[in-house]
Amino acid sequence: MPKTIHQNPQHIVSMVQSICQGIGKSIFSFLQSIGVLTMFIGKATVQCFIPTFYPKLILKQFIDIGYYSLPVVGMTALFTGMVLALQSYTGFTRFNAESAVAGVVALSVTRELAPVLAGLMVAGRVGASIAAEIGTMRVTEQIDALVTLSVNPYKYLIAPRVIAGTLMLPILVLIGDIIGIYGGYLVSIYNLGFSSGNYIAQTWDILERMDVLSGLLKAAAFGFIVSMMGCYHGFNSGRGAQGVGTATTYAVVSASILILVSNYILTQVFFS
Amino acid sequence: MSTPKIEMRNVKKSFGSKTVLDGIDLSVNKGESMVIIGGSGTGKSVTLKCVLGLMQADSGSIKIDGVETKDLDTKDHDALMSKFGMLFQGGALFDSMKVWENISFGLVQGKKMARDEAHDIAIEKLKQVGLAAQTGDMFPAELSGGMQKRVSLARAIATSPEIIFFDEPTTGLDPIMADVINDLIKNCVTDLGATALTITHDMCSARKIADKVAMLYDGKIIWDGPVADLYDSGNSYVEQFIHGRAEGPITKHAAFKA
Repeated sequence: MPKTIHQNPQHIVSMVQSICQGIGKSIFSFLQSIGVLTMFIGKATVQCFIPTFYPKLILKQFIDIGYYSLPVVGMTALFTGMVLALQSYTGFTRFNAESAVAGVVALSVTRELAPVLAGLMVAGRVGASIAAEIGTMRVTEQIDALVTLSVNPYKYLIAPRVIAGTLMLPILVLIGDIIGIYGGYLVSIYNLGFSSGNYIAQTWDILERMDVLSGLLKAAAFGFIVSMMGCYHGFNSGRGAQGVGTATTYAVVSASILILVSNYILTQVFFS
Repeated sequence: MSTPKIEMRNVKKSFGSKTVLDGIDLSVNKGESMVIIGGSGTGKSVTLKCVLGLMQADSGSIKIDGVETKDLDTKDHDALMSKFGMLFQGGALFDSMKVWENISFGLVQGKKMARDEAHDIAIEKLKQVGLAAQTGDMFPAELSGGMQKRVSLARAIATSPEIIFFDEPTTGLDPIMADVINDLIKNCVTDLGATALTITHDMCSARKIADKVAMLYDGKIIWDGPVADLYDSGNSYVEQFIHGRAEGPITKHAAFKA
């Protein structure tokens, strides 16, 4: 084969050209997607602050995103707190540092685990549902129908979901914090033989306001990301069932990745 | 001569390398019912969406009541939309709302009318399209295809629009129901004194509801004239299309190319 290429330099040139074209096309397409997403986020965010608001729709989203996510977030937090207590106890006994279990559980749950795991669980439950619902509305021309009826779809469809997502996730995480710490408490008291009073006192001593607050701020950012990704991918869904399916997948995957990336950035901002 | 209600001049629209509209020129006068005919994939829906502002044309001019629709600010765009009513091909009813809420949606959300008043109008419009008042409390998923079309028509006329667009109004309906819908469209448009722009490939529908017909082929309007002249157009493309002949200047290849 090298002999053939050597004999045909035009072939090499056209091959290099086509590779460069492919790379250029991919970069252009990526930048275009970033531009479209940025414009979408800008338009949607503006509509969250400009009247008219739809209180009934916002309330409905509060219930859909917040109330109905409570069981899944609660269960996740409970078992995460329980596992964390078990694992940290197992590790800390090697250094005779068992007394640090309460602090590790409290800090890990409030700073990282509750917001990140709640964000990921809500991305799976709510992000997918938003993308599927709005995607179906796109495919069946219901979004076009909104426009022809003089209703701004950004205000009517997107803003209530983004407002509810951003406000409800911190509340979910606050509840998750309590349940997660309680999970650690249960294992520590009934399984590992800790004293109840000591465990509570250690948890209370180590926790600072910023530990909880940073988790809640992260949760608000994650709520914004989850709802925005669900809306964006649903709103720009392709045709047919496959288009809606793809939009749903993209909504969950992109929200999950963005949660993990933004978690690192926010941790750096809050604690470095 | 009065200003046309809808005026398209040299409107072009491409998707990537595929040119869908290649210089559309079309005028619809006030109170006129214009039907655009053409094969599948010839750009009928794109034409309609460009006029409605749901899609941006690449170039050319689209005027409503003599006002250029491109670059309108939000307020003017909303004012323009309040002149429009639209019957979508699939109905596009909001499945989370009851039928009466669907019909009154434009009144409540667009025109800020009180719900009670809008409810009364919705029931009146339901009756106008031949449906019982009780239908108003049902959800769209509980209705047959024909009933959904009627509800969609009721929603399109609820705000008493000046211009009504019909996207394939009889597609997916049996011949009798299609004729019922055609009659309803004709009556509603006449009662409102509205201008109508319909796209269809159903020739029965075109004959019944059109004052004028335009044929779209290869991204251009290749013939337009009064419906009475349709069967005497002298245009081989139009004749092949309206008679549904496989043989003629419109080939499968050309149809897909468009």
